[in-house]
Amino acid sequence: MSVLLPDSTRAALDMLAETRGAAVPLAGGTDLLVHWPVRLDDHERTYLDLSGARELRAYQWTDEELVLGGLTTYWDVLTDTRVWTHFPLLTHAARQVGAIQIQTRGTWAGNIVNASPAADGVPVLMAYDAIVVLASVAGQEEVSLADFYTGYKEMRRRPDQLIVAIRVPRRAHAVQIFEKVGQRRAQAIAKVGLAVTRSDAGWRVVAASMAPTVRRCPAVERLLEEQAPVHGPEDFLAAIERDVTPIDDIRSTARYRARVMANLLYHDLRGVCNFIQ
Amino acid sequence: MYRIEGLAKLAGRERYVDDLPLQDFLWGMTVRSPVPRGRIRAIRFAKDVDWREFVVVDHHDIPGPNEVLLIERDQPVLAAQYVRHMHEPVLLVAHPSRDAVRRAVRAIEVVVDPEEPVLDYRKPPRPDQVQYGSDNVFKRITIAKGDVERAFAGAAVVVGGVYETGAQEHVYLETQGMIARLEGDTVVVVGSMQCPYYVLTALMHALKRDEHRVRVVQAPTGGGFGGKEEYPSHVALHASLLALKARRTVKIVYDRGEDLAATTKRHPACIRHRTGLAQDGRLLAQDIEIVLDGGAYVTLSPVVLSRAAIHGAGPYRCDHVRIQGRVMLTNAVPYGAFRGFGAPQVQFAVERHMDVIARRLNMDPVEVRRINLLRDGDTTATGQVIRDGVDRIRLMERAVELCGYHAKRLDHARHNASDATTRRGMGIATSYHGSGFTGAGEVRLKSRVHVAGLAGGRVEVRTASVEMGQGTLTVFTRLAADRLGLAREDVLIAEPDTGRVPDSGPTVASRTVMVVGKLVERACDDLRRQLELGRETRGDTLRDAIRAWHREHRGAELIGEAVYKKPPGIEWDDTNYRGDAYAAFGWGAHAAEVEVDLRTGNMKVLDFVAVLDVGTVLAETLARGQVQGGVVQGIGWALMEECKFLGGAMANNQLTNYAIPTSADVPPIRVVFVETPFEHGPQGAKGLGELPVNGTAPAVLNAIAAATGTSPGNIPLTPEVMLDLLERGAGTAVVG
Repeated sequence: MSVLLPDSTRAALDMLAETRGAAVPLAGGTDLLVHWPVRLDDHERTYLDLSGARELRAYQWTDEELVLGGLTTYWDVLTDTRVWTHFPLLTHAARQVGAIQIQTRGTWAGNIVNASPAADGVPVLMAYDAIVVLASVAGQEEVSLADFYTGYKEMRRRPDQLIVAIRVPRRAHAVQIFEKVGQRRAQAIAKVGLAVTRSDAGWRVVAASMAPTVRRCPAVERLLEEQAPVHGPEDFLAAIERDVTPIDDIRSTARYRARVMANLLYHDLRGVCNFIQ
Repeated sequence: MYRIEGLAKLAGRERYVDDLPLQDFLWGMTVRSPVPRGRIRAIRFAKDVDWREFVVVDHHDIPGPNEVLLIERDQPVLAAQYVRHMHEPVLLVAHPSRDAVRRAVRAIEVVVDPEEPVLDYRKPPRPDQVQYGSDNVFKRITIAKGDVERAFAGAAVVVGGVYETGAQEHVYLETQGMIARLEGDTVVVVGSMQCPYYVLTALMHALKRDEHRVRVVQAPTGGGFGGKEEYPSHVALHASLLALKARRTVKIVYDRGEDLAATTKRHPACIRHRTGLAQDGRLLAQDIEIVLDGGAYVTLSPVVLSRAAIHGAGPYRCDHVRIQGRVMLTNAVPYGAFRGFGAPQVQFAVERHMDVIARRLNMDPVEVRRINLLRDGDTTATGQVIRDGVDRIRLMERAVELCGYHAKRLDHARHNASDATTRRGMGIATSYHGSGFTGAGEVRLKSRVHVAGLAGGRVEVRTASVEMGQGTLTVFTRLAADRLGLAREDVLIAEPDTGRVPDSGPTVASRTVMVVGKLVERACDDLRRQLELGRETRGDTLRDAIRAWHREHRGAELIGEAVYKKPPGIEWDDTNYRGDAYAAFGWGAHAAEVEVDLRTGNMKVLDFVAVLDVGTVLAETLARGQVQGGVVQGIGWALMEECKFLGGAMANNQLTNYAIPTSADVPPIRVVFVETPFEHGPQGAKGLGELPVNGTAPAVLNAIAAATGTSPGNIPLTPEVMLDLLERGAGTAVVG
């Protein structure tokens, strides 16, 4: 195994370009190193240790947005009370990632590029319309997180690009919900994840562990926008079926996932929306 | 009293097998079967590996019989022509680099012509699936008391039920691990284990060596729960075979994935009850069928079945009982010892069934139990007269009072009528567990303990009973110190090393305190006898006498010895399964409060109370910890721990996907000990280790049944199953 040690973002981008994107960026390491002893092929690869790229730690509030850096951890967010005020779902999600050890090392950008369909951080960012800022030696580009994934573990990031920031627009939200249903109450991988927001921009409904990627659910969003009367959880099922493709796997069943998503939508929104009875 | 080795563990100084300093050694690994059943056609070594760098062992390298000696000799050390389960050991490989050996294992292909495996123990085998006897039955046991059919004829109500329990993984924190080295012509094995003499016996047999050329030493062991009862013999054999061939030290430590996939688990069970009752709720007849999944080899399954059968009827009085048990061969990884050893499975069934009965009779579950619990003078299913002075009804009432059963039930009724998304309920279960080996087992073991007087005046307790987190060191220290009037610092506990300690039997079956602890006391008495001192000689006088003895007998050993003696009046008939199955039983009552989330099917245990009578409690903090740990293990077994098998292999062999409870998943667990001394136990103590598991799962499931009006009969009861039960609506009944 070889490790590249850039001392700045610029150097990191140069190294990525030089290796033609073959180097694997390493931030918290909480995904890359989990199965290290048995992932023998990973031992042969080149890693780009980002810990020296201090600019990536930058984390700032402006009047319009919260900007997470490429190395911002869950813990950075958990310990900022302004996040709890303006983006409570980020705090909720960060609390449910692994345990404290993981929360202090794991990064939001890492959560995005790891591209797990069961990610905890991605659904809440997506529900807040987050924008991914990608950089390479060729320049910067911005992609809406909702459009970032193109398939299972496939995304609009070229191997020579790094996520240098995540921009989260500040808006007034009338509804903010995050639900993670796991096999247990901590140290769990989501069987069903759900993030819902409502702002002037409209409804955002994001599902995790329900499709090959974390994704928005346009049919459910439309149903909510239209305010058609909903009489029970079943009334969400048809829209859920259009939006996502849950599967039977080692952690749960397709049937359970769809039912639970419908139940959560119904019960969580019942007190909030008068068209849900 | 503080835990003797507690500070070392807390500070990270304790050295487990993988922490032991070791120089110039090879890492060993196991090449395993890729299919559940079939004939080995070829073994292919990849061409791009320089195999001269590796030590490779197969069945030809075994000096003695290719058998892992246990109850039977059907299990090979390394498969020769035939494999009977997924991940069965076929070859061993060793190399100085751990990465290299990991790669090498992947570069060896075991080519097998597959045959039709048996993967469901509940179905009778087809002729081409028969691999043991004429019907794949490893063992049958029948217990008969009274005349069951006549009693059914006179019963006002007959209630049936079928209950199933799944496999469970031990999840000891420390995985299996063993070091084998050669000292001259002696094979020395150091490792994580519960039973040094089981390992010794297995090594002597397959390595064809007498006890002078094999030594087994237990290293500090990070949890066992039965998973290190029989399995370490395999790891020890593998490490020894590699060490003998390489003429170098070999270390094998399983990673978690291999440990979960390849080692033993709790026996899955299917239990059928048919119960005849009087209108007032009295048990008139119990007809019980127990079927266990044994896996691919006999291993300990007949003994697990024995304990299951003996505990099958629950701690209840009933004059007419028939219990028929059998354990089946399947092509699964052999199931093995696990805390409770068959008793948790059958007590889950009988305790759930008592609640099913209560619902049918429209009675309170507490009342049904109150009517039927054993009183002193009553007999168990095997005809054992229970007369130990324990008030089992009072024990249950304590649990009922402590959990606020009656007030909570009213609260819950109000809550359940008004809350949109949750349902709450209370559940009760009683439990019992026989301490020590079943029947005449303790007599056959002939356990032996030494207490040596050392030249400086201190004493050393020498037993083969290991510390694996449960408190052996602490309790033995207390027993010897109290018996001899010594300070605890004056009592040493010998490292379990078969070269130094006598065979005091395996560290299993809730026997360490009651059986071996009693021998420690008697060996202390014998030490005094050696010194020609009376019982009143204690403390400094005794230390002086030990020192004086050594001045007179320089270089000699002063040893007090005790050998197991059956307590008077215990008689067991192993052929007919009649008589005194155990010298003593521990008794328990358990209460759970749960909340079920109707949206997700998630079940949360809100409160748990365990009231136990295990005789005198010798180390209260440790005992409380044992009970709490047992309850957590029971909650995991009941609600989340599911081994997902795919074609005979555990598919979720990672701790991310085989979920055990975290601290966030368990409630406050309140533990109360009622201490009725047992006259033949040390200071009045009985066995404790396994009992807490027995009543937990049924108490939790009974609470869920009460909360939701459903009648779940199978565990693990996952949220997926719960949501289905809820959708099918209240009153879902198990089929009788």
